[in-house]
Amino acid sequence: MLDTLLPILIFTALALAVIGAVRRIRLWRQGRPSRVNLLQGLMALPRRYLVDLHHVVGRDKMISNTHVATAGGFVAAAVLMTLVHGLGIAKPLLGGLLLLASTSMFVGSLFVARRRLNPPARLSKGPWMRLPKSLMAFSVGVFLITLPTVGLLPEGLLEGGSSWLLALVLAGVVAWGLGEMFFGMTWGGPMKHAFAGALHLAFHRRAERFSTKKGGTGRSTGLKALNLEDEAAPLGVEKPADFTWNQLLGFDACVQCGRCEAVCPAFAAGQPLNPKKLIQDMVVGFAGGSDAGYTGSPYPGKPVGEHQGAPNTPIVAPVVMKEGKALVDAETLWSCTTCRACVEECPMMIEHVDAIVDMRRHLTLERGKTPNKGAEVLDNLIATDNPGGFDPGSRLNWAADLNLPLMADLKQVDVLLWLGDGAFDMRNQRTLRALVKVLRAAEVDFAALGAEERDSGDVARRLGDEATFQTLAKRNIATLDQYRFLQIVTCDPHSFHVLGNEYGELGGHYQVRHHSTFIAELYEAGRLTFAPWKGGSVTYHDPCYLGRYNGEYEAPRRVLKALGIQVAEMERSGFRSRCCGGGGGAPITDIPGERRIPDMRMNDVQQSGAELVAVGCPQCTAMLEGVVDASAEVRDIAELVADALVERPADDVSGVSRRTVAATTAEEVAL
Amino acid sequence: MQPEQQQKQQKQGIDVTVLVSIGRHPITGRARRAEQDARGLELALAMEAELPGSRINVLHAGSQDVDSEVALRSYLGMATGVGMGLESMTLLEQPDGSDAILPLVEHLAATSPQLVITGARAERGEGSGLLPYALAEHLGWPLVNSLASIEKVENGVVTLLQALPRGQRRRLKVRLPAIISVDEAAPAARQSAFGPARRATFSVSPTASDADSELAQWHLSPARKRPKRLKIIKSASARDRFKAAASKAEGKGGQVLTDVTPEQGAEAIYKLLKEEDVLR
Ligand code: SF4
Ligand code: SF4
Repeated sequence: MLDTLLPILIFTALALAVIGAVRRIRLWRQGRPSRVNLLQGLMALPRRYLVDLHHVVGRDKMISNTHVATAGGFVAAAVLMTLVHGLGIAKPLLGGLLLLASTSMFVGSLFVARRRLNPPARLSKGPWMRLPKSLMAFSVGVFLITLPTVGLLPEGLLEGGSSWLLALVLAGVVAWGLGEMFFGMTWGGPMKHAFAGALHLAFHRRAERFSTKKGGTGRSTGLKALNLEDEAAPLGVEKPADFTWNQLLGFDACVQCGRCEAVCPAFAAGQPLNPKKLIQDMVVGFAGGSDAGYTGSPYPGKPVGEHQGAPNTPIVAPVVMKEGKALVDAETLWSCTTCRACVEECPMMIEHVDAIVDMRRHLTLERGKTPNKGAEVLDNLIATDNPGGFDPGSRLNWAADLNLPLMADLKQVDVLLWLGDGAFDMRNQRTLRALVKVLRAAEVDFAALGAEERDSGDVARRLGDEATFQTLAKRNIATLDQYRFLQIVTCDPHSFHVLGNEYGELGGHYQVRHHSTFIAELYEAGRLTFAPWKGGSVTYHDPCYLGRYNGEYEAPRRVLKALGIQVAEMERSGFRSRCCGGGGGAPITDIPGERRIPDMRMNDVQQSGAELVAVGCPQCTAMLEGVVDASAEVRDIAELVADALVERPADDVSGVSRRTVAATTAEEVAL
Repeated sequence: MQPEQQQKQQKQGIDVTVLVSIGRHPITGRARRAEQDARGLELALAMEAELPGSRINVLHAGSQDVDSEVALRSYLGMATGVGMGLESMTLLEQPDGSDAILPLVEHLAATSPQLVITGARAERGEGSGLLPYALAEHLGWPLVNSLASIEKVENGVVTLLQALPRGQRRRLKVRLPAIISVDEAAPAARQSAFGPARRATFSVSPTASDADSELAQWHLSPARKRPKRLKIIKSASARDRFKAAASKAEGKGGQVLTDVTPEQGAEAIYKLLKEEDVLR
């Protein structure tokens, strides 16, 4: 009986799966076009899965082994089962392999079940709780029906008149397994992640973020530019269908593992954002419906079940008072610090930050609804080229006594020192002065743009004002084009990121270095000598825009080591570093939460036992120094280096150059 | 009037013309939407939300070039919903340095809006703050300055809240048509959005330009901040110093006139000006 039943079951499940797949694909295709090389993507799929995805999943060995056993077993079992039971190719070898595959899958599913016994808060419940049982049903069912095929059980056992009941039960178990695994995969069950996930990897919008055999960097963090020339193109994302089709596909790939939720600083601070829920809301949006079916942690302070959406209705309700709730509240989008912790942790390679900025672009560019100080900051950027509304001519006031060389005079140098907007901030001016001292000690040939420099556009872009970003960027590029330099050095990771990774699309290609990288190189070239460190214990805070955005974790630590400092690492450091709360315009939009992000980070510092936290970013300095009753002092790496410099009295070049300048001035006066 | 008719009037809303000029950022001097004019437009938008069916016309007299276009468009970027009537702006084109008053008067007389809103003082050019008065004089309409909010419009009468010094407010009823001028007392203007600003159009009508011959003879130079007279406070305690710093000088010998005829008021002002040697 099973011999007739099984092929029917298998092919029905397959057929239903295909129908579901077509429907799902049609949902994704509601999105806007995006050019991807489909064939190349599919060919790269195995590598992306085995290398890049497992690089992320492998951070949790337990889960990665579980997944290999379960998923590997399932894929093998599904193919073999179709051959053996579906097409009736009952070769003992195939049968044996099938037994092996289903055993592996069963063992895997035991571990899945174990994790579900007492699941952490970040995991979704609901249908996900039944998944281990379905996995077991599938593997056990397949195992049992295969036993007779390989002759381990007499063929007739399931044929006899009395055992039809057993056969029926077996068929039922297999049907359950097939239902979850084949049917559920394309009709929205938990297994959807396998189908959507595979295609998402193949057709990812950022193909360059994957490693290649030739050794690609595997990093792609710059936001994609809006085409402002095309007046018909939407300015950002208003409704789910405004995302590109492969973004929609990406949302669908989410396994609701909650790793993003666990690392999100805004979520931890009790602000109304949960990256996992946001991705699920996007799925609700393009599939249409309400978020009532969501079974994970909500946005803090926002009950589940009150929001709904459809592919062509606005994601954020146009006017709060009148229209009630749509899919997502604006404050959810404005809570994000763009720290990329979620993207870094996501095993499905989903791009949360892109999606958030896309939606912010609509709010700012179309609705003019940047919250709190947002509008003021953007107006300042437009009118004065800096977010504080300071006189652009005063950008160099902090250096009045430093005789800072200017690009306008020199035209050509080795190093262009990019000041950033920290030049207007008294705290950061100390860092800048320290950096200048270090550069002079190492006899670096450098100059600054001075008053010609403008804000890099970082904050404008992250507040969604792509137009102001592009204006600033284009004008900066035009200024930089007039001069010749080998590289740009800056103590601001945000400028670093924007100049290095986001100006390229607009025609500005530069070699940019963070000051910590540059100082490390100077030290290693023997151009700096340090006095031994005498202070207490020190920890280091990785700025998001230096670490996760640019992969620079080592240079700052090398510098600290050169200073004789042994870094007492915080629990969350390196690629897992917790944001200071200062990125993405978050201090400007200032969405209230239960805690403050910098307070939490200062707590991390305290737990490391350090008396001093070394930083490499003006934002981090400002945020961490703003913590009341902090247990540790905040110093920029440049300041620590400048303090430790051992003067070389014989050939102090900074002194020499200052003397020459003085002499020149005297001549001019004499003329 | 009958209640239904009242209803009808409310539904219909009124025609509002907002006069906008090209502003000048105080630090960089870049063209922008002028602070006060933007507040005027904000007032109009807020009124439109209260009184559906009102139509807002944005009107500018001046030349059209790249810089000024960006500034003018940023007024239109304040349209943050469809149907706000900011899809276009009327531009009375005239060369730089021409007198804007006559073309504005002609246009207003021809289109006869019920309410005209303007900033109190321009950020460029003369900036004398006389434009609202000149318009009122030419058109023969009442003028209310320093407006804080528009409360309601009923039966051709608008109820306004006027700002007086030190946070005081005065409620006024004014028969339409009227001109109101807006300064820093009005609510701040909303954010201007790039999308609507970019889509908006201009309907340009050239005007007979009348070169401002007086202005041409003037010598213009950037304004300098006048030095502030230091208050010298001789006091022992911190409390006294704080009080002296926080409080404004009390006026002495003033006189509050209420319920007087315009003639009596004018008489009092005339007397004061004589006393102060402003008029001889
Ligand atoms: S980028 Fe950072 S703040 Fe934003 S959602 Fe991701 S983890 Fe949260
Ligand atoms: S978005 Fe990524 S990290 Fe977050 S729950 Fe989904 S799969 Fe997990």
